[in-house]
Amino acid sequence: MRVSALIPKYPEPETYMGHTHYCPGCGHATLHKLLGEVVDELGIRKRVIMIEPVGCSVLALKYLKFDGIQGPHGRAPAIATAVKRLRPESIVITYQGDGDLAAIGTNEIIHAANRGELFTVVFVNNAVYGMTGGQMAPTTLLGQKSTTTPTGRFAEFCGYPLRVCELLNTLDAPVYLERVSLFDVEHILKTRAALKKALLNQIEGRGFSLVEVLSNCPTNWKMTPEESWEFVKNEMTKVFPLGVFRDK
Amino acid sequence: MPKRVGMEVSIGIAEAVKLCDVDVISAYPITPQTHIVEHLSELVANGELDAEFIPVESEHTAISVGAGASATGARVYTATSSQGLALMHEILFIVSSMRLPIVMTVANRALSAPINIWNDHSDIMAERDIGWIQTFAINGQEAYDLTFHAFRVAEDEKVQLPVVVNIDGFTLSHVIEPIELVEKELVDKYLPPRKPILTLHPDNPVTMGPVGIPEVYTEARKQLEVALMDSKEVVVKAWQEFKKIFGREYHPIETYKTKDAELIFVTMGSITETAMLAVDKLREKGEKVGLVYIRLWRPFPHEEFYNAIKKAKILAVLDRAISYGTNSGPVYTEIRSSLFDKKKKPYVQGFVAGLGGRDIPTERFFEMIEIARSAAEKGECPQYIHLDVKED
Repeated sequence: MRVSALIPKYPEPETYMGHTHYCPGCGHATLHKLLGEVVDELGIRKRVIMIEPVGCSVLALKYLKFDGIQGPHGRAPAIATAVKRLRPESIVITYQGDGDLAAIGTNEIIHAANRGELFTVVFVNNAVYGMTGGQMAPTTLLGQKSTTTPTGRFAEFCGYPLRVCELLNTLDAPVYLERVSLFDVEHILKTRAALKKALLNQIEGRGFSLVEVLSNCPTNWKMTPEESWEFVKNEMTKVFPLGVFRDK
Repeated sequence: MPKRVGMEVSIGIAEAVKLCDVDVISAYPITPQTHIVEHLSELVANGELDAEFIPVESEHTAISVGAGASATGARVYTATSSQGLALMHEILFIVSSMRLPIVMTVANRALSAPINIWNDHSDIMAERDIGWIQTFAINGQEAYDLTFHAFRVAEDEKVQLPVVVNIDGFTLSHVIEPIELVEKELVDKYLPPRKPILTLHPDNPVTMGPVGIPEVYTEARKQLEVALMDSKEVVVKAWQEFKKIFGREYHPIETYKTKDAELIFVTMGSITETAMLAVDKLREKGEKVGLVYIRLWRPFPHEEFYNAIKKAKILAVLDRAISYGTNSGPVYTEIRSSLFDKKKKPYVQGFVAGLGGRDIPTERFFEMIEIARSAAEKGECPQYIHLDVKED
């Protein structure tokens, strides 16, 4: 008997189809799976319409068994606004990276949040433009190297890391803003709970919810997966503190 | 002797931009433009290029930063592709109308939806009326050389217009090609420092792009059209000067084995070299075929084009984009319109192929020749044929 046969198999969520293209150690697959689990648990799979972004998760709809549409770069919150208003019975989720939400689409997210649109945002912050090859993002840490900041990000030329939860927390309308991470089991479970809460807010008609997930990019950070999670835990959380910013 | 090295074309372009002593580079990453801008950021970080490198949050901002920088008199460079070029759309007209000589490389890529990162000409063809000078490179050396030419023409006193240099995404941007590098002293000789006519400076106040009421708007737009049409003379002279200094010769329209050709293919961009192979193979079989490729797309060189094709009986025009709702491709439309008033003109057959990275092998040109001939014999055919489409 092969040893692998002795390892208990955990059930895969029905919504999550697995076999992703993401780099080894990338947080996207974990997050997809969590989202699948939560959607299964809430029994809402057939009501979900997901807006997938431009970026590494451009193929998210290949792995998550949802109805969905591809949003132009940064425009997912605008599309979600329309979809939710015209299909109010559906559960609308945008899944966006930091290049999408915190750079080219900053205006869309601010205004959708400010209008208090009734959809759920899953925002993956890995402090870099992953898909295009590791260029500096607005969320890149000071001193962090990227292909467009080869000697590290300097505030003098490139400003400071953009904190989306804190920024949106200045608005009146959002009901739930939380920053979580995936660097260990405890935090993965916290992320799962945050996703569930954000979706429940929508199901119960409370208002705009955003979960910011601090994730990694071992490929573009030029680290092993382990090193990259250490970086998230030790460096990213200093700049992007975890926690609930809004819960009303 | 000039140094000839194997180099990724994107890196070559960035090295050319460095030699042009640009003052400002503003860009947002988009595949397949990224390597050009990444290399420029390295050059700035290494201190090899004294320029302001501004990595902004979108292409809309990148070109807007470019407009502001150029208005202050700086030499400005940016690069983009596809959706990025489309996002710049509104600013592109403003840049040309304000006569701001920005140089931009567009690594040509398909437009969404569906998302496709591979090569065709949909992006630039959607922007063909923006009032910019537009050139197309067929290989790495041209991509490199056209960069110097672009700055020289853009900043010419008589021109003062932005220039797009088109290079095919991936098939040019990401391949390693032999590039003959040029010496800095020669570049300095070819490209003097920018001497802006009007700049933003409180000592000499100007107003750029204010409201144009109906009484002046027409004249402003007419002025842009006249400037763009008149720029051809400078474009050609700048290539002549380029030949004197660097030894390589360029023309608005180029020909390949057209002397006795009865059928001429018309191409743009890197597919031209495949077309040359196809022409060679067809010539071996005794076919009288040739090739014309368009290097200067805007302003369109009507006269040069006619002179290049007037002896042919049939033209087979290959578009890498569709002009939706016109039943044709944009290059085909342009050429038909250009030839309309000519008494003697060839039969023109349009083709569309190679969308979103679909390969165009030499066999496709053999197919084109058959279709175009039979259409010309019958004197009727659908205006354009979309090649290599899976119908079932």
